[in-house]
Amino acid sequence: MPRPTSPSIPEKEFLVSAIQQSLRLDGRPLTTLREPQLIFGSELGWVECVMGKTRVLAAIDAKMVKPAADRPYEGMINIHSEISPMASSEYEQGRTSDEEVTITRMLDKVLRRSDALDKESLCVVAGQRVWSLRLTIQFLSDGGNMLDCACLAGIVALRHFRKPEVDVEGEEVTIHSPESRAPLPLAIHHTPICFTFALFSFPTTQTGSTAAPLISTLPSGSFSTHQTYALLDPDLLEETLAHGTLSIALNAQSELCVLQKMGGVPLDQAKVVRLVELAVEKAKELEIFIERSLKEDWAGRGLEVI
Amino acid sequence: MSIFVLPGDLIVPGSTGSKKLKLGPGLVEQSSAIVATRAGTLHSKQRTTFFIDSDTQRYVPASSDPVIGTITARQAESYRVDIGSASPATLDFLAFEGASKRNRPSLRVGSLVYARVSVAQRHLDPEIQCYDATTGKSAGFGELKGGMVIKVGAKTARSLLSPTHFLLPLLGAQFPLEVATGVNGRVWLSSVEKAASGSSTTSRNSVKNTIAAIRCVQAYDEEGLDAKGILALLASLSL
Repeated sequence: MPRPTSPSIPEKEFLVSAIQQSLRLDGRPLTTLREPQLIFGSELGWVECVMGKTRVLAAIDAKMVKPAADRPYEGMINIHSEISPMASSEYEQGRTSDEEVTITRMLDKVLRRSDALDKESLCVVAGQRVWSLRLTIQFLSDGGNMLDCACLAGIVALRHFRKPEVDVEGEEVTIHSPESRAPLPLAIHHTPICFTFALFSFPTTQTGSTAAPLISTLPSGSFSTHQTYALLDPDLLEETLAHGTLSIALNAQSELCVLQKMGGVPLDQAKVVRLVELAVEKAKELEIFIERSLKEDWAGRGLEVI
Repeated sequence: MSIFVLPGDLIVPGSTGSKKLKLGPGLVEQSSAIVATRAGTLHSKQRTTFFIDSDTQRYVPASSDPVIGTITARQAESYRVDIGSASPATLDFLAFEGASKRNRPSLRVGSLVYARVSVAQRHLDPEIQCYDATTGKSAGFGELKGGMVIKVGAKTARSLLSPTHFLLPLLGAQFPLEVATGVNGRVWLSSVEKAASGSSTTSRNSVKNTIAAIRCVQAYDEEGLDAKGILALLASLSL
């Protein structure tokens, strides 16, 4: 498989001149998400998230295992994600790309280490029986910003999933089928959502552009020779050409979970704070959207409501 | 006549008299029967020429196709060009208008070229050229400077090449527009206002108009908008 060709010179030049005028190729303003779309499968915990041409599928299954010896009261959650050539011909089967490492680590931070899920609620019999959840994330199509899409799919899958009800009598554990007793939702503390900004930094020209960039006031320090633009939810071309990225994971209650900055674009404190504030605003919107989608799906399922 | 066919379907051409049958893409002859190898609509011309029109994303080079490619490497006597096919194409240094051993073209890696496929055989890398071999003139081919290139389906690309197609004249009536369409599913668009402020290709309007053109072509490709829909979309873009 040949190495993917990098974008041609006219494409680079055009994107740069468009960004300098605060224009994007798909007509979005710089700080707007592509409208996400959630498709729920017939099974609980099966969610496909679509953002533009990016598609990610998340599915959860649960089984009962013996807990780790040092954590007898805690259940387990494992995240499996692999970028296969299905997403894009850039990715190879069996070889881990840098992008895959980044996404896997971020998914782990956003979904597992942010303590979104109450692990103790997964305990059935202390030291004997706990639920082990397996979250499988499949990347179906790479249209840029697979990370945000995967995080959204993952967290919605966790909220959509329901574990079977369990009865414990002495040592005897009975798992009830969903037909006999309605399954229970997982105990979720909060809903972290990830937002990625593609950062572009251009030397400022004397004439200056007429359009007002997102971050208009330049810091007094040494960055003033450069103008930085932050594009929320970059598409494939923007992502490929970005000078750096900033990923912010937080929830609608403005609790910051992860902040990851990659690439060498200098960003001063005020800018980072402003981007975080913007992410909070978007997280609130997205949280409402998630609630509504879950409610609609649940209403359409016709299962008995607990 | 247009019928939808699936791979493996037998095609029975009517009697053609003494004329020889011509088979286009998606059709092969197998022991004196004609079999479709692709899904799509079967078209025929004058009962002797048959081809299948299918909306594929993959490009298989065919001789005399106009294509848009990106230069990926410079070699001793030729460029390697990515035209979206399985193997990269070769573009000889001499395959330009007015090129000679002394006077070589100076294209950088990453440049876009509009070229014509000259050799497309199954077991060879495709070859492309930027001039018309019979006249030695560029015939519209050559480097594409400025503008923006987008990817569309093969069917859209082919239909945009048709002189009677509505979309490009409609866009051209709204703002100045230069277009190069490659049947490999790449469309290059550029809108540069020549009269205003001299040479600046990055003027606000030209970028805006190019983006508008890109979005119209993409909307046509993905949603199959008609002329009315495109005009509505253009109006909503607030130019």
